[in-house]
Formats: sequence, C-alpha cells, structure tokens
Amino acid sequence: MIIEMVIAGIAVIGLFAALGLVLVIMERRVAAWIQIRLGPNRVGPKGMLQSLADTVKLLVKEGMTPNGADKFLFNFAPFIAMMVAMLLMAPIAFAKDFQLWDMNIGVLYITAISSIMVISILMAGWASNNKYSLMGAMRSGAQIVSYELSAGLSILTIVVFTGSLNITDIITAQADGWWIFKGHIPVIISFVIFIIAVTAETNRAPFDLAEAESELTAGFHTEYSGMKFALFFLAEYINVFIVCAIGATLFLGGWMPFHIGHWEAFNQVMDYIPSSIWFFGKTFFLIFVIMWFRWTFPRLRIDQLLNLEWKYLLPISMFNLLLATAMAILGWHF
Amino acid sequence: MFIVKYIKEVLSAIRSLLVGMRRTGYYFTHHKEIITEQYPDNRNTLVMADRFKGEVVLTHDENNEHACTGCTACELACPNATIKIVTKFDITPEGKKKKAIDKFVYHLELCTMCNLCIVACPTDAIKMAQTFEHSVYDRSELTKILNKPDSKIRAGIE
Repeated sequence: MIIEMVIAGIAVIGLFAALGLVLVIMERRVAAWIQIRLGPNRVGPKGMLQSLADTVKLLVKEGMTPNGADKFLFNFAPFIAMMVAMLLMAPIAFAKDFQLWDMNIGVLYITAISSIMVISILMAGWASNNKYSLMGAMRSGAQIVSYELSAGLSILTIVVFTGSLNITDIITAQADGWWIFKGHIPVIISFVIFIIAVTAETNRAPFDLAEAESELTAGFHTEYSGMKFALFFLAEYINVFIVCAIGATLFLGGWMPFHIGHWEAFNQVMDYIPSSIWFFGKTFFLIFVIMWFRWTFPRLRIDQLLNLEWKYLLPISMFNLLLATAMAILGWHF
Repeated sequence: MFIVKYIKEVLSAIRSLLVGMRRTGYYFTHHKEIITEQYPDNRNTLVMADRFKGEVVLTHDENNEHACTGCTACELACPNATIKIVTKFDITPEGKKKKAIDKFVYHLELCTMCNLCIVACPTDAIKMAQTFEHSVYDRSELTKILNKPDSKIRAGIE
C-alpha cells in the first residue's frame, strides 16, 4: 500500500514536470504561429529545449522574501497551489483502467477541490504586502467565485444525463457515442459554457485580470521570484491540463475511442488506437483551443467580466440545465 | 422584445468571436505568412518593409551628379535642425554667379526620421535609405556630409 502510494506520488510529480515543460513550449509555439512569428528556435532542435533552459534558470535564481511580507504565508502559498493541482490528479482516468482513485463522487470531488485554488492566490496576494498583489488576488477571488457557478452547472448537465458522479460511469456511458454528439443542443451549450468558465477559473487570458501585466505588473505573484514563482507558473499550466482533462472526460468521452454507428471496420480501427492516446489527444486539443482563445481575444474589464458571468453565462446555463433535465427524464437522447 | 434582443446579442457575440478565431487559426496553419527576419543570420538577404526609414541620403547618379539646388527647403522643414546647408557660388561658363551647395550637413544623431525634408524637397534630391546599422563609437561620426566630393548639380535642374 505504502509502496503503491510512493510510486503514484513519483508518477504524478514526473507528470507535472513533463507537462510543465511541454505546455510552456507548446504555448510559446502556438503564440508565435498565431502572431506570425517563429517562436523559440535557438536552444536545441527547433528550440524544443527552451523551456528546459528556462527551468534551470529559475532553479538557480534566488528566492526572495520581501521584508514586509508575512513570511510563513508568503512561502506557503505556492505549495498550496501545487497541492491543489496534485489532489486534482486523483480521480482523472488517463487510460482504460488507469486511474489513481476511482471514487464514487469523482465529479463532486473535482469541483470541490478546484475551488481551494483561490485560497492560495488570496494567500499569496495578501502575504506579499503589496497593493498590486492584493488587488490581483481580490480580482481573482471575485472571478473564480463567480465562474465556479457556471462551470458547476455545465458539469451538472452531464451528471444529469449520466445519472452518476463516478468518472468511470460517465466514461462508460459514452461507449456508444460521446455526450457532445448524444446530448444534442443542451450539451453543446454547456460545453461552450464550460470552456469559457474554466478559462476564467484558470486565470488565463482573456480573463487574466488576476495578473493583468499592463495594470498590476504581475498581480498576485508580483513579489515572487525563483522557484516559488516557478511553482505558481507550473500550477497554472497543470490546472489548464486538469480542466481540459475534465472537459475531455465529461464531453468528449475520456479515453473512449471515436465510433460511428454501425461502421464495424472503422470502429475496429479506432479501437486499435491505445486509450491513453485518445485521452491525451482530446485533452491537448482542448488545451490548444484555450491557448487559441488566449492569443486571439483582448482582455475583459472587471465589470465586463462580471457582466458576462452574472447576466449571460449563469442564466443561460440554468435554463440549459432545466432543458437537459427535461430531456433526460423524457429520454430524448440516444 | 427583451428576450429576442438578448438572444440576438449572445449569437452576434459568438459570431464575432468566431470571426477572430478564424483569422488567428488561418495564421496558425499558414506558416508562409511568418514575417520574422532572423537578422544577424540573414544579413545578406534581409527584406525590409517599404515604409522603414533609416537615414537621409542625397542621391548621386553615375556621373557624380545630384539634384540639390541648395534651396534650403529641407533645412526649413526640419523640426529639430538636423540639416544644415552651406551654399557657395559657382561661376557658370557665361560668367554668371550661380548658387550651389558646398556642404549638405546631416546630423543623424538628431534625426527622428519624420520624412518632412523628403516631402519638402522640390527636386526630389534626397530620399530615405533603408540602412539601419548606425552604431559608432563617437557621436561626432554621426554628423555626415551627404554630397560626395567634387559632385555637381545635374544639368537642367533649377
């Protein structure tokens, strides 16, 4: 039991390190191509080792703690961010029968744990004893608390259709077609709302008010440097991966291959592709979409941000949930 | 009706977002659009934008003749006294005195590349070059005399 836990812990840390490196280089490459640039092209073949070099640089930098800061909270906040990211890894099904902890309330667990993230941001912002940090943290708090609602409601749509909070049940329910195809319009609407809400929850552009370079220098992590900064940076990318993995699991069938009705030959070819490739392919597709958002849309103002949530996303997702419930009760899906 | 307006608003917002994403998606997939110049590596094949303005030059043709009459329109047009024209009097074959430039002094260190002198020139004698490697060790090297030694005004230009 203990050995299993140690192996799982090491695997998760290894996955974090690999994801950090891959996602940072992917983001820079996507950004460059969208902005008609080349992107990193000096370190290693085609610049692929750039993020490794950056990591080494961050490791050898001095980790400063400002004099006026609350030292304990200041140093503790990055670790909460990482802990939340690690806890969120537990119920995710990476491949067929490959899951750290298959609990019966997987979806509830994910929504509950992911809202702890805001505590680490508030803690970092408050402990820095810096106005920029505090304002960034407060904005982030308002933002995450608001967007949790519509993210939760759009997840509930799938829970209503499946009738289970268990991740494995949700995936097996999609064996004859992913929810985005089976669920008609309500699932498509809730998928769009989910993507918008998780982009806001992970504090990424166009909702990056918590960092807002042009107004708040770097928001809640203004005072952080070296490895503590790297932990926040890593936690942001891990969170992007996790929310995309959840989106892929709920709406795009997790590790389920893509099947079309009665095309037996086509379905068998699809089954031949390993389930882990299906899972990571879908997840990275969603990550790409979120990066695409970031490099296309301009940032919202704080009042526009709250308007979008309270006047548009929340009413639409509530109505949508009602529609989905009616459909599930009347059996109007495949 | 309120609800119709609301739905129209949402749909038009989604449409406008998709238009933006189509544009960036086009750039993402079409790598031939990339405009990055890898400067020190491709110094010989560098492609500059047409609108780039590097420094003012006085154009000379193959006979070492230029088109500057010494009218000082460029000097008057310059907002920060970058150009100073020193004139002299040539004696024409008929024995008349004729005004010509002695030195076309150009202070690159003061120039903001505003293009007003080029617009002001009545004979199109000066133009903006696209050179940009202007670094020197002493600022006095940036004060340039643009007319070449022994150059003359082209015949027929008044």
